[in-house]
Amino acid sequence: MLKVSIYRYNPDIDSAPYMQDFQLDTQGKDIMVLDVLEQLKAEDPTLVFRRSCREGVCGSDGVNINGKNGLACVTPLSECVKNNTLILRPLPGLPVIRDLVIDMAQFYAQYEKIQPYLINDTPAPAIERLQSPEDREKLDGLYECILCACCSTSCPSFWWNPEKFIGPAGLLQAYRFLADTRDTATEERLSKLDDPFSVFRCHGIQNCVAVCPKSLNPTQAIGHIRTMLLSSGT
Amino acid sequence: MAVTNVTSFGRSGLSDWLVQRVSGVVLTVYLLVIAAYLLFTPEVDYASWKELHSGLCIRLLTVFAVLSLAAHAWIGMWGVLTDYVTVRLMGPKATPLRVFLQLGMIAVIFVYVAWTVAILWGK
Repeated sequence: MLKVSIYRYNPDIDSAPYMQDFQLDTQGKDIMVLDVLEQLKAEDPTLVFRRSCREGVCGSDGVNINGKNGLACVTPLSECVKNNTLILRPLPGLPVIRDLVIDMAQFYAQYEKIQPYLINDTPAPAIERLQSPEDREKLDGLYECILCACCSTSCPSFWWNPEKFIGPAGLLQAYRFLADTRDTATEERLSKLDDPFSVFRCHGIQNCVAVCPKSLNPTQAIGHIRTMLLSSGT
Repeated sequence: MAVTNVTSFGRSGLSDWLVQRVSGVVLTVYLLVIAAYLLFTPEVDYASWKELHSGLCIRLLTVFAVLSLAAHAWIGMWGVLTDYVTVRLMGPKATPLRVFLQLGMIAVIFVYVAWTVAILWGK
């Protein structure tokens, strides 16, 4: 039997959050953490969590699994269970709405700040803006982000200053548009990042790299942004 | 909305970051010079230490290193204080407390810089 300890909090009923223990018979199978949650929800329908695609594409089921952020749907028990115990908590640093569901408004506010869309003030061509394969390659490792928030909520700089520091997810996307040869707002984008918080609160501890379920590297993207700021600012 | 902060060292994230890196290099060089002196001088006593600091080069390097330490500490402590002594974590009392701590930190840094100059060029 697997011992599963889950963070429970229903603000309408509970005065404070608590950990609830469950026992689950996995029949020796190496199932995903999301399967565990689904089975437990069948037993206790009051258990609340987000999920959608169940294959690591939608980014809905980011949770803190035995102390490490990850997507429940693509994390097998063999990768995370220690001492036959699975501890599930909401992603840290953002307000909890209920059980494992967090309020991601602050995360999206930072994403919105970096203007996550192509800006191009030249007349649009008849069909599409073409890009050479080499230029397109520059976006690899950037565009794959699914905004699950595993990285930003594992970052202490984001915990302490979520309203000022953009966070690894937002900065990875900021660089995605800075690196895009079709975007013409590079200088305007850079001028909004030059303050002491937005980019420079990153101290390079790489928690974001360690937890990213898509194996992306926000620290490297932040390094590229710094280099661009340095060459445009000096 | 733009993010600003008036108590940071250079007011710009880029300049603070650059100063932090350059001052780090200066401090490393100074540390290596002093370490080499201590290792390769057979007997280090007051006379030899005074002799070392009579040279203009080492005096300038020392002043440069202390100024680097001052800038490095200002930027670093500002980072720590704006992480942990914030309204978000402590409520409204955090702002006066942080300003007090920052001014105290700046005063201490000023004393160290003035003291260094007094030691090197004082009588």
